[in-house]
Amino acid sequence: MKLRKLIGTAAAAALVLGLAGCGDDATPAGATEPDDDAGASLTVYSGRDEEFVGPLYEQFETDTGITLDVRYGDSAELAATIMEEGDSSPADVFVSQDAGSLGAVAAEGLLAQIDQEILDRVDERFRSSEGTWVGLSGRARVAAYNTDELTEADLPDSILGFTDPQWKGRIGFAPTNSSFQAFVAGMIATEGEDATREFLEGLVANDPRLYEDNSSTVRGVAAGEIEVGFVNHYYKYEVAAEDGEIPVENHFFTGGDPGALVNAAGAGILTSSKDPDAATRLLDYLTGEQGQTYFAEETWEYPVVDGYAPAVELVALDDIESPEIDLSDLAGTLEPALDLLAEVGLL
Amino acid sequence: MSLVAEASAGLRRSLPPARASRGLVVASLAVCAVMVTPLAYLALRAAEADASSWDLILRMRTVWLTLRTLGLAAAVTIAAVAVGVPLAWLTTRTDLPGRRAWAVLVSLPLVIPSYVGAFALIAAFGPRGMLQQLLEAPLGVERLPDITGFPGAFIALTLFTYPYVFLLVSAGIKGLDPSIEDASRSLAHTRWTTFRRVTLPSLRPSIAAGGLLVALYALHDFGAVSLMRFPAFTQAIYLQYKGAFDRTPAALLSLMLVGLALAVLVLEQRARGRARYYRSGAGTARRVTPIELGKWTWPSLVLCGSVTLFALVGPLAVIVFWLIRGFAAGTDIELTLAPAVGSLVVASAAALAAVASAFPIARLVARHQGGFTRSVERLSYTGYALPGIVAALAFVFFASNFAPWLYQSLPLVVIAYVVLFLPQATEPLRGALMQMGPRVEEAGRALGRTRRHVYLSVVAPLIARGALAGAALVFLTSMKELPATLLLRPTGFDTLATSIWTGAAAGLYSKAAAPALLLIAICAVPLYVLVRRVEVEKIEVPAE
Repeated sequence: MKLRKLIGTAAAAALVLGLAGCGDDATPAGATEPDDDAGASLTVYSGRDEEFVGPLYEQFETDTGITLDVRYGDSAELAATIMEEGDSSPADVFVSQDAGSLGAVAAEGLLAQIDQEILDRVDERFRSSEGTWVGLSGRARVAAYNTDELTEADLPDSILGFTDPQWKGRIGFAPTNSSFQAFVAGMIATEGEDATREFLEGLVANDPRLYEDNSSTVRGVAAGEIEVGFVNHYYKYEVAAEDGEIPVENHFFTGGDPGALVNAAGAGILTSSKDPDAATRLLDYLTGEQGQTYFAEETWEYPVVDGYAPAVELVALDDIESPEIDLSDLAGTLEPALDLLAEVGLL
Repeated sequence: MSLVAEASAGLRRSLPPARASRGLVVASLAVCAVMVTPLAYLALRAAEADASSWDLILRMRTVWLTLRTLGLAAAVTIAAVAVGVPLAWLTTRTDLPGRRAWAVLVSLPLVIPSYVGAFALIAAFGPRGMLQQLLEAPLGVERLPDITGFPGAFIALTLFTYPYVFLLVSAGIKGLDPSIEDASRSLAHTRWTTFRRVTLPSLRPSIAAGGLLVALYALHDFGAVSLMRFPAFTQAIYLQYKGAFDRTPAALLSLMLVGLALAVLVLEQRARGRARYYRSGAGTARRVTPIELGKWTWPSLVLCGSVTLFALVGPLAVIVFWLIRGFAAGTDIELTLAPAVGSLVVASAAALAAVASAFPIARLVARHQGGFTRSVERLSYTGYALPGIVAALAFVFFASNFAPWLYQSLPLVVIAYVVLFLPQATEPLRGALMQMGPRVEEAGRALGRTRRHVYLSVVAPLIARGALAGAALVFLTSMKELPATLLLRPTGFDTLATSIWTGAAAGLYSKAAAPALLLIAICAVPLYVLVRRVEVEKIEVPAE
């Protein structure tokens, strides 16, 4: 396996040298450009799991001739890695599960300005205001509920309704999970620290069952350990793909409710990238038709580019009216969120 | 004064602070130079601390964190000793039916990664877990008590770390000179008195060494405590990296964790005691008449059986269940061999490198006590005290910026393993060197042999068992290592642990199950050899 890789790298290197000799056309990248990057290779740090995005990367390689060396890992750990590597990072592109990790790397000045044409495709809520990262797909916070125990009508319109004592012993979530923490940070940003503390204390008073991550939470709902779990919307589909039919439905919060945060998975190009053109091709691809269709159909997420619709039945992003927060700033407000979670005893 | 001290008074003397040879000093300094990497990195990051980072650390919550973490480590260590020592004694010195099989079975939980084990425990014994589902129909049990929190973390860590105590104490018992016990028996002491006053005190070094490995494991483990949702020190460190993206408080917390580990190390050095326990040579080893358990046979079998059930059969059953369910659901489960080969290559290299690096340190500790030795020994433990991600980031920083040719290469992964797990090789080696005694070498030298000859013909065979045990422990732990592997491996290089992670991170347990089973199966082989080899040795000796 290693040998094949070595030969592949050598071949790629030879091709690159060969092409460089043919002269540079300096064409701007775009979806319809000919494969002038063929033979180039990119190192991608991917915080998104191989299971879910591996096929998309492979499709990109086939379509463009650009080789991807993908390093999979946890988004935050990869962000920490890039921050330690600094200007010596071998990575060209960082693909992350959440906006927070991208914001943290951008804050260190390690992400380059992205092509304006690509930025403009993406809904403003789902990209960096400085143009250093771009969202690839959207993920909504929902209350996943057990359909054997509850109907949609039993559930409160606002997430604040779950502090009612009637929910004692019936709810659960994953407080160490970054998407839950981002939701708390978002709530601090829109509702203020006191209201958020009151909400969290209300949850704690209801004796929630705490899980390690979102998929365990959904499995807890499916098994009837809890009736309602606060998770991202697509976990119900992920768990069903693995476990078969599960009695779980998503309850969306709408109308700008603090429970309605929609976060973005996204990508950025490193300032140290040795091939920013090929890296731009990758971002172009991921925000283009192939990428957006893939995220809608294969990972059950919200496309973030106009003209593409979710493939599963999801409440429209416009109805959710996600609270107005700059997702890049969430990384900066996470510290108070962690403090608050610790203060009320959830961490 | 314990009986053993009286009985072995003739063999015992306080060691003169003999001067270590220059080669030994240079070798240990070289090892230390690598071992110091994480500390240097942490110091660098901690130096960036401003008032706000200190505010974050210096508050009541950190005190609670410290107490909770120490409490967990202490409880786990006591429990692991309480489980490991009786099992070691039962399987080495008694007529327990099937004791050799038990010896293998009760050491096997060592190969189950704590993150896999903890996950399986939750799946099996959660409020609506597999056990509850079994009990629901016949007994109407609707939910079981929640095991997460302290009980869960305590149970998981104990179940998957007691084998360290078991293995080191078993080796310790086998290295004992049975004639001392015979002497005690001939003085009309009961078996119990003999065990309590002779065997147990002689085992103090191996119990302390095993306990130390367990305590430090409990301090640095992240997988089990995070799955069991017990807020320990490592979790606070991870939260700084993963939640707040702030490396400075993470570094300050990590340095505090190293401080805790050093405190534990000092405790162990006290527990080890001043006395030296060794015999004059290997010649006295012979077949030991096994102690008849009599009416204690059944309780002993129940002990071995229940430990095996909870620590081995339970987790295996859960993993197999996931695998079968995956097959039934038609999940595409492919078992590629590349990750297995990857694991074997790096873990074997790490085992060899660790034993080689441990040797100068173990020798210093066993023969040349003093200030220099103490510093070297403590430094060699710092990597083991840290969660994998901290050591990994240290190597990311130094290698990517100062040694790019080494960055994301297999040698770097091996170096990181050695830094993380060195004490697992040092402890058994030191134990073997201490049991051997310095006079053996002196005798060889006095007979006109060269230092090298003495080493190869006398010392090497005597410490082979310790070296083998050390290599096996490092191999097994490296096979399971995840956080450092993820960050430092060459791009595209997979081990079984990273394959488990790939499946589990995506929430696909059936995909994680296949590599987990393969990992356990592969690790069982060297473990079996390790446990059996010692048995075989013992049978051969009287035949000489």
